[in-house]
Amino acid sequence: MKMPALSPLQAFFLLVAVMAGLVFAVTASGNGYFETFAALTLINVMLAVSLTMTNGFTGMFSLGHPAFMTLGAYVTILFTYPVGRKGFAMPALPEIIAQIHLPLPVAALVGGLFAALMGWLIGRLVVHLQTHYLAVATLGLIIVVQTFALNLDGLTRGGRGITGIPREATLSLIGVCTVLVIVLCWRIKHASLGRAMLAVRENEMAARCFGIEAFRVKLLAFILGAGIAGFCGALLPHVVSVMSPKTFGLILAFNLIAIIVVGGQGSIMGAILAAVFISVGSESLRRVEESTGVYGVTQVIVAVALISFLLVRPKGLFGLKEPFIRTS
Amino acid sequence: MSDYLIQQIVNGLSLGSLYALVAIGFSLIYGVIRLVNFAHGDLLMIGAFMTFGLVASDLVPWAAIPLLVLAGGFLAGGLIERVAFRSISGAPMITGFIVTLSASVAIQNLALIFLGSQPRNFNFPEVFRMRLSIGGADVALIDLVIPVVTLLCALALTTFIRKTRAGIAIRAVAENPFAAQLMGISIGRLVFLVFAVGGALAALAGLFWSGKYGQINPLMGFLPGLKAFVATIIGGVGSLPGAIIGGYILGFSEIAFVGFLPPEYSGYRDAFVFGLLILILLVRPQGLFGEAEQERA
Repeated sequence: MKMPALSPLQAFFLLVAVMAGLVFAVTASGNGYFETFAALTLINVMLAVSLTMTNGFTGMFSLGHPAFMTLGAYVTILFTYPVGRKGFAMPALPEIIAQIHLPLPVAALVGGLFAALMGWLIGRLVVHLQTHYLAVATLGLIIVVQTFALNLDGLTRGGRGITGIPREATLSLIGVCTVLVIVLCWRIKHASLGRAMLAVRENEMAARCFGIEAFRVKLLAFILGAGIAGFCGALLPHVVSVMSPKTFGLILAFNLIAIIVVGGQGSIMGAILAAVFISVGSESLRRVEESTGVYGVTQVIVAVALISFLLVRPKGLFGLKEPFIRTS
Repeated sequence: MSDYLIQQIVNGLSLGSLYALVAIGFSLIYGVIRLVNFAHGDLLMIGAFMTFGLVASDLVPWAAIPLLVLAGGFLAGGLIERVAFRSISGAPMITGFIVTLSASVAIQNLALIFLGSQPRNFNFPEVFRMRLSIGGADVALIDLVIPVVTLLCALALTTFIRKTRAGIAIRAVAENPFAAQLMGISIGRLVFLVFAVGGALAALAGLFWSGKYGQINPLMGFLPGLKAFVATIIGGVGSLPGAIIGGYILGFSEIAFVGFLPPEYSGYRDAFVFGLLILILLVRPQGLFGEAEQERA
């Protein structure tokens, strides 16, 4: 079957239409379960698209998304938690911040910017590392961030976790953010910055010979990924209303890697489809787990499926390509 | 010397030995196929649960347990290689990497399914739980047994690597895989061997780990595994003496961090280890004994 290829503009309108339809339909259904599930799926889409930029475009192998999500989430909660309960829940919070209450979109931007800033500080140290060193350094980063979140209990309530976070992340807000993130990453991929990233991925030394500052390009990809991850991390607790230091950990890092590997490292369309597919798949499996009481099966299936998939299609579904859309 | 200092030194020796045992496997495997095996830490968990099962079943004399655990780790490590790696040999590094990560997640969750998520308490037979007094310090016997056994293992392994045909082949492959193949060395068999030997040592570390801390659970292998990889990086990935010395450096600095700083910092010990990693990667990315890899066009 030969699908007619859309122009990017047509694809954009299609994306907006699909998103609006989805948000409207799910909201109109009034089913809280569907609403939460759709919100989490869209957040996964944003995370996957940003990770396919950080890792897929540049060829880096960062597992650090959950670390930046945790940072973004805690910083954002400082501004959105009900002012009246802050003094009790977060005694170490400076008086000035304790008085401030920001609407979620603004607070999440603050959280995302904070994560991006940390991404800059950490990225400067780690992006020059080779594949496995970078992976271990970013895994270590997850543990470092979790350790701080556990120990700074004057701000985070430590292992008890924060409950009663206002459910301000509506599905329409998340839908708008998802479209924005997709468009941003799409524009980057097809602009000179994206081409520089892809050049670095194919052959870093050759790219450098062409005058591409590989270090800067990789750092930028790392910072952008960190910022978007921080933003997503900020939204998620405002969907489920709880947050704890272990909310975003190794399993999430692994699932995100699984998504971008299945989608094809560097394919935005692939990341979107794989994120939806894996979210729906693991949610249905999770319900089986709950009804049978056998926990862990989902993760085993995802892991085994990923290995088998790599055997059959090492480049993922689409490789670098963006199917159905004319890109040149 | 104050008895507190002696106690800390013994603690550092024993923790460092455990890191060294696991780090050796990382280094061996990396030397042969240039791959970091993320599932390596989970072999520690497997070793711990084998010990638990053997002690609980009371079928074998306790002196035979370490040997059985070594053999079990050998098989488990080899099995990981056969199941997960054999099929992807020749694939790009990133694929191998994702496969080890998947294998680790699969092992952990299989363990959760079959062994349950509750931590289990378990104790070694009385003989091993004895405490001794050295210069006034009260020291657990196991903390002294661990370094001695580690040293014996390291010696045996060094002899194996230096003297046997397989050991020489491993060194040849580590030096130059392509040339080694031209000399008729079958890399496939060596890959199995390094996974299995690494697995045996990691399982032995699991036995000690469970005896030392007295509690085991299906996710216990991940963090020690990751830290042992940090030890490998400190010593220089691919270098055997580097892995052992890196293990002791990490063990001692972790104990020093917890033992000599005010107690409110002790919660940050994991953060400290990975801070150390980033520092090492900045100052000397090839580690103490590693050789810097040349970047070629």
